[in-house]
Amino acid sequence: MPMAKVRVQTTINGETAEFLCEPRQSLLECLRDILGLTGTKEGCNDGNCGACTVLLDGRVVNSCLVLGVEAEGHAVTTIEGIARGSRLHPLQQAFLEDAALQCGICTPGFIVAAKALLDQEPHPSEDRIRHYLANNLCRCTGYDKIVRAVQHAASQMEEAKA
Amino acid sequence: MKWFDYVAPRSLGEAFQHVASHPGARFLAGGTDLLVQMRAGRKETDLVIDLKHIPELMELRDSSEGLTLGAAVPCCAIYGGLAVSRAYPALAEVAGLIGGTQIQGRASIGGNLANAAPSADSIPLLIALGAVCRIASASGERAMPVEEFCTAPGVNALHPGELLVSLHIPKSGPRAAAQYLRFIPRNEMDIAVAGAGVSLVLDNGTIRSARVALSSVAPTPLFVKTAGDALAGKPAEPESLGAAAELAREAARPITDMRGTADYRRHLCAVLTRRALEAALAKAKENN
Repeated sequence: MPMAKVRVQTTINGETAEFLCEPRQSLLECLRDILGLTGTKEGCNDGNCGACTVLLDGRVVNSCLVLGVEAEGHAVTTIEGIARGSRLHPLQQAFLEDAALQCGICTPGFIVAAKALLDQEPHPSEDRIRHYLANNLCRCTGYDKIVRAVQHAASQMEEAKA
Repeated sequence: MKWFDYVAPRSLGEAFQHVASHPGARFLAGGTDLLVQMRAGRKETDLVIDLKHIPELMELRDSSEGLTLGAAVPCCAIYGGLAVSRAYPALAEVAGLIGGTQIQGRASIGGNLANAAPSADSIPLLIALGAVCRIASASGERAMPVEEFCTAPGVNALHPGELLVSLHIPKSGPRAAAQYLRFIPRNEMDIAVAGAGVSLVLDNGTIRSARVALSSVAPTPLFVKTAGDALAGKPAEPESLGAAAELAREAARPITDMRGTADYRRHLCAVLTRRALEAALAKAKENN
């Protein structure tokens, strides 16, 4: 079999996207290095830290543990797809207001994962939030402010609905 | 990672054709073990065969016979589906224990089994549930009980060219219950120091049958037949459970490493087996 790059057709943040990649390239590399979507961060590159979290067909995954070619025919959501135009998502707003970040490398992963949680469970308990986000590591904040920001966003989203 | 080619066959037949032309091909399910191992240089291949487009590998079907769990079905699909998580609560619970949310979005129970780690969380429960592997190759199929599948750390019973297609978990009656418990020093995202998976059938205060298996205390997940057999016909009382827990402790062949000493692990085997049996008993009583 010849060593050839593969054409991948996918949907990224709601828009059709097409790119050429090597089969060995992770979705994370494809997003950052080929598509220029650098909001998704590389942390450990082995599935422990969650900095590269994206949604694949709505499922929370580490993009470092997905091959770019596997995105063929699937829908990817990255941190760039979370805001609506210039309007920040309530989670992004809450992270800012509550100072839920310091260096910020882990933040896109936390926000993407937390959005998936709030989309399926609008009122998670603190325990549930901590457990759900256990695959996202933060070495700065000590997590408390992150958990509070997620709770804050949940209540904002609830108010917006009312 | 070194260069490899990638194919995503749509059928078992197509997958076996690729295997025939690339004997060193690697199967990809969730990739949470394989991609990490390849990136670290511990595994190599010139061809990755993605299994997630083969219907048999993605099957998740409950019937009067039991559950058919395709080997590439991600953990999140097991606990995310109400019907399966109600019918097989212990399995759904263990699917939510492996790694974190992101890992569960990709990792499969079949992959956890095929990776054959002594510490794999799902394997003791699969053994306790009496799960059977459906194994296929270009020349045919065979079935194998899960307790025979792991042969050494990271080594399984598959011959070259064979593929783990699915797991079959037999239907258990309303008086049956199962439980996996592990010990880890944190709340989640850790490798078990020791783990115990049990199942039992309760009949009017008497344990009709039981199965016990352990993780992280031997080169492979360990089926402790003596512990289950000792419970058969015994009253569902603490003494019976304690005796079975002692047999689990005796069966363990642990090593001392950074996670715990051999003695500590033997102690954990008894404690976890007893607690898992108590939990399963409580569930079975609720159903009785």
